[in-house]
Amino acid sequence: MAAAAQLLRLERVVVSYGEVDVLAGIDLEVRDGEFVAIVGPSGCGKTTLLNVCSGWLTPTSGRVDRPAALRMVFQQDGLFPWLTVDENVRLGLGQIAEPLERQRRTNALLGLIGLTSFAGSYPHQLSGGMRQRVELARALGGETPLLLMDEPFSSLDYLTRLKMRLELAWILRTQPRTVLLVTHDIEEAAQLADRVLVLSERPARIRDEVVLKVPRPRDPTDPEVVSAVRRILGVLGLKPQEGARAGFKQN
Amino acid sequence: MPSSSSSLRAPLLAVATPTVLVILWAALASAHLFPTSLFPHPWDVARGLALELKTGRLVNDVIASLFRVSTGFVLSVVLGVPAGLLLGHSALARNALLPIVNFFRSLSPLAWIPFAILWLGIGDPPAIFLIFMAAFFPIVLATTAAVANIPSVYFRVARDLGITGSRLLSAVTLPAIAPQVITTLRVTAGLSWLVVVAAEMIAGRDGLGFAVWDARNGLRIDLLVAAMFVIGVIGACLDRLLVQLTKIPSVRWGYER
Repeated sequence: MAAAAQLLRLERVVVSYGEVDVLAGIDLEVRDGEFVAIVGPSGCGKTTLLNVCSGWLTPTSGRVDRPAALRMVFQQDGLFPWLTVDENVRLGLGQIAEPLERQRRTNALLGLIGLTSFAGSYPHQLSGGMRQRVELARALGGETPLLLMDEPFSSLDYLTRLKMRLELAWILRTQPRTVLLVTHDIEEAAQLADRVLVLSERPARIRDEVVLKVPRPRDPTDPEVVSAVRRILGVLGLKPQEGARAGFKQN
Repeated sequence: MPSSSSSLRAPLLAVATPTVLVILWAALASAHLFPTSLFPHPWDVARGLALELKTGRLVNDVIASLFRVSTGFVLSVVLGVPAGLLLGHSALARNALLPIVNFFRSLSPLAWIPFAILWLGIGDPPAIFLIFMAAFFPIVLATTAAVANIPSVYFRVARDLGITGSRLLSAVTLPAIAPQVITTLRVTAGLSWLVVVAAEMIAGRDGLGFAVWDARNGLRIDLLVAAMFVIGVIGACLDRLLVQLTKIPSVRWGYER
């Protein structure tokens, strides 16, 4: 893994809005084939960081090297509601012009996410989990090496989220990609990522890096996953002996 | 069982309530509580309607009114939607023009009747002008709001997918605003139908509004009610027609939930 090429690199990236510093000097490297997750308290600047990586946001200072093409998977419905599942996925195919080849790839992607029989449905006719799978298929269709995911499963219920984590892990086995995932879900990060970067409160700095070596798909109760979760909770001050001590117990 | 009975009940009720109303009307008229010159019998109205149909005058009036409404309305859509797209995309245009659009939107189109006659005389042009004044500004405003409310995620996705330039308009902006614009078209088409009757009453020599006014001047209350009946029926049919637009599969999402 150490020999793999660098795909994304941020050097001393600072983002501030007027007086408010959102990112306070972030250094980040994502190598080819890695799955990197970024976790942190809500409002700490996770999404800002991802927007810098995608090029949607220009940092106030610092340097960003990123591939020319990448795809994002969004937190909330980024599917076009006026297009069917089939049309949405097909739109993700990018440059391929030949109609038969486009149809073949679309069908392959729909098969991959198990939604072949929903090809003609519109997004509002699908469940949240199905919509997120279509988003994933559309992003995969671009064949870009790098995928950026912004809380992709956060609008789903817990059990669907668990299922989607496993599905994502399986899909990445057949369609290997480099992934940068931003999430507030610590367990999700530990279950999916090779490295988890823990951000501090705003202005965000990288507080810790947790490396996991168990192969995917992983059991959320795997000892290594659990110990990663425990360590991240500690960094974020969310362990019972450290956090909210004074709390509600008095009354 | 509940589905079959309720699916039958809906159309049955739609026929039953008007029938009851007409029977009530006939009973009231037969009781001669009011003079027939003020409260006609439905039978007289039906005869008047048949007579007007036979002479062909009613058909001419319907055609005249529909021509004016469709011309004025189509003109409003063709100019109003692009104007709304411009305003929705450009803060500069919004700042410069939105107060004016709001001013004219709040101005009753009927207040333009004197100018319509002074500038354009009698007949099709003043009626079309008044319909335009009624429909154009609400269409501009609704389109502007619809464009401004497009979730920014669609534009981010579009950028990711390499959709730019004129394709952005046809592939993202227009389909994204379609449901809201269609709703506005229904409202403004109804508004146009109201305005054409008023316009023709004052600035027309034919059309359903003129038929109403002519019947009143000739003290033919049966023909007056016959014209009113036709106006109401056509207005309701126009709306039914435009409702069909909301059934297009690619706009259904805008009306769900």
